[in-house]
Amino acid sequence: MTCVWFRATLHLCRLRLASGCGTRRKYDLFSPPVQNGARERTLSALRAVAGDEGVCVGAALREQHGRDESVHRCRPPDVVVFPRCVEEVSALAKICHHHRLPIIPFGTGTGLEGGVGALKGGVCFSLRKMDQVLDLHQEDFDVTVEPGVTRKGLNSYLRDTGLWFPVDPGADASLCGMAATSASGTNAVRYGTMRENVLNLEVVLADGTVFCTAGRGRRPRKTSAGYNLTNLFVGSEGTLGLLTKATLRLYGLPESTVSAVCSFPSVQAAVDSTVQVLQAGVPIARIEFLDDVMIDACNRFNSLSYPIMPTLFLEFHGSSRSLEEQVTITEEITRENSGSDFSWAEDEETRAQLWKARHDAWYAALALRPGCKAYSTDVCVPLSRLPQIIVETKQDLITNNLTGPIAGHVGDGNFHCIMVLNPEDPEEVKRVHEFTERLARRALAMDGTCTGEHGVGLGKRALLREELGPLAMEVMQGLKATLDPKNLMNPGKVL
Amino acid sequence: MTARVLVGVKRVIDYAVKIRVKPDNTGVVTDGVKHSMNPFCEIAVEEAVRLKEKKLVQEVVAVSCGPQQVQETIRTALAMGADRGIHVEVSGKDYDSLGPLQVSKILAALAKKEEASLIILGKQAIDDDCNQTGQMTAALLDWPQGTFASELVIEGDKVKVVREIDGGLETIKLNMPVVVTADLRLNTPRYATLPNIMKAKKKKIANMKPGDLGVDMTSRVEVLRVDEPPQRQAGVKVESVEDLVSKLKEAGRI
Repeated sequence: MTCVWFRATLHLCRLRLASGCGTRRKYDLFSPPVQNGARERTLSALRAVAGDEGVCVGAALREQHGRDESVHRCRPPDVVVFPRCVEEVSALAKICHHHRLPIIPFGTGTGLEGGVGALKGGVCFSLRKMDQVLDLHQEDFDVTVEPGVTRKGLNSYLRDTGLWFPVDPGADASLCGMAATSASGTNAVRYGTMRENVLNLEVVLADGTVFCTAGRGRRPRKTSAGYNLTNLFVGSEGTLGLLTKATLRLYGLPESTVSAVCSFPSVQAAVDSTVQVLQAGVPIARIEFLDDVMIDACNRFNSLSYPIMPTLFLEFHGSSRSLEEQVTITEEITRENSGSDFSWAEDEETRAQLWKARHDAWYAALALRPGCKAYSTDVCVPLSRLPQIIVETKQDLITNNLTGPIAGHVGDGNFHCIMVLNPEDPEEVKRVHEFTERLARRALAMDGTCTGEHGVGLGKRALLREELGPLAMEVMQGLKATLDPKNLMNPGKVL
Repeated sequence: MTARVLVGVKRVIDYAVKIRVKPDNTGVVTDGVKHSMNPFCEIAVEEAVRLKEKKLVQEVVAVSCGPQQVQETIRTALAMGADRGIHVEVSGKDYDSLGPLQVSKILAALAKKEEASLIILGKQAIDDDCNQTGQMTAALLDWPQGTFASELVIEGDKVKVVREIDGGLETIKLNMPVVVTADLRLNTPRYATLPNIMKAKKKKIANMKPGDLGVDMTSRVEVLRVDEPPQRQAGVKVESVEDLVSKLKEAGRI
């Protein structure tokens, strides 16, 4: 470690430790059979804040809060608490801080990287009771929400206003959870990811400090005031603080929407079309790629009959005149790349049917091998490298006899291989693991990232080190040490 | 081409809100609670607007009965594509006791006044679940009715309606003028977009009172009491089948 700055920060942390918290000892309050008065005292302290119904030690509830939708095994916390307001979150955090108990924020449990596993036990903060939509400002296109509000819940609330929040990951996730993992979705190519759409966050640190990253109540559309704390916490995956409010950027609902499906003779042709459509400046709203294996799975799962070839699902937003223009340019490009004629959908029901195939991709992949589990890779590369990486990845899958249908947001250079594997077969598990490492390194070699939207969580910490390099990692560790010197916030994740 | 469609829209507590009963058990808490258009009314408006887009009807008129706030609901219908609105002012005690009978009398009077040949309503409101207004309106007008419609096709001066019934689907043909009530699968309603919301501000909403239509608002129904459903009790775990059987016997279930 040669970074002077880092050493200075480490020294600062040691000072804080010495002044505040006594010796560092391994303090496991909750492991039976050491039932002592300390456990009961801590539980009473928690109950005094959150009420009797707000503190749960039942096994079923703890297991529910120890897993998400990833392949990582369940790691239940020792206690689950259900705070009802930010004051309770702060008071509960102070208790955990005093007793050195890990704090694990929990939204909807729909993460894909094992982010909620309580590796060292501790207290899971389930934020679902804080479920209000606060402060909608229609003319300013912003809204503030609590962590229990999900993206579909918000859009339903907004439905009479003509506004929507377009970031749409597969699950109906908590918006604050989406901020914590810097989530993205099929609309990112036009509307951006959480990084571009969070204006302000209310954060509770491990010691109970409550503050707002952009100043309380502030929601200008842009600012150059001070360090960008908002985006420091976006993507921090619960390792720097709990997010108890998010102020989000809203957009007007598109006047008209048109969707289309187009198949191609080769992966290269499909991906080349994607790159060219974007270079032509078409403000395409969604451009999703499904390879032949994926389309076949979707056909079987939904009883459809799309041709079993690399396919693009496209969606255009705008006024009817602008749509005509967008579609004409896109059709020219796909035709030049030997794409098929478009299958169209204009009204809500037909479009929903068309997109169902894409949205059900996960389940369709699982249905290919019943009884197996699925793991989704998540690399992202600059657009120009996309054709090469997909072609090489498909070759890798075939060579290594792996089931990995590909679906992805090619408009962002991001795609997912849905690896379907038998978790009881150690040989296959090993092959899949090695494949995903090769894929991540392939992406890194092409100036890309090992995780486009799912986050680092538990499984990609080593890859993060490779991606960022030791110096950037030191800066990140320094920040972590400053904001959470006792390492109580979701320990064992990200760094 | 059929001239005019009348669509009834009701302002109800939003479906996503957790309902709470007032402490005096006279009703549910409505102050400060989010309200929106009844979901089945949204489907009814969508169907009417689609008929207009297909040029099968000339004008869509959205009607709502209630206090000042229902104008928001009418504006939403206008933003979805209705041409104009009618606000029948009902407030205070009359609004508290407003039910399907009074609303259907109002709709029947309006249908005659506006010379409508098609009335589309939601099959029921999500606050009272009455499922009566469409049927009563048809009876008062002596018009045929196609309720629980999952499909609606205009064929000349007749209307073909596919109804969702217990055994499956029933297809009937009705002579216009008719009353149709919309069921869930009739269509997927559009969201109001900003440009349409702006345009809707310029569309007209006429105001009138039930008296202007000669409607008597007296209610024959009195709500005595409103209670929450009983709290769910914790279950009991049993260790063996014998245990289960004896517990069921104790509870008088077998």
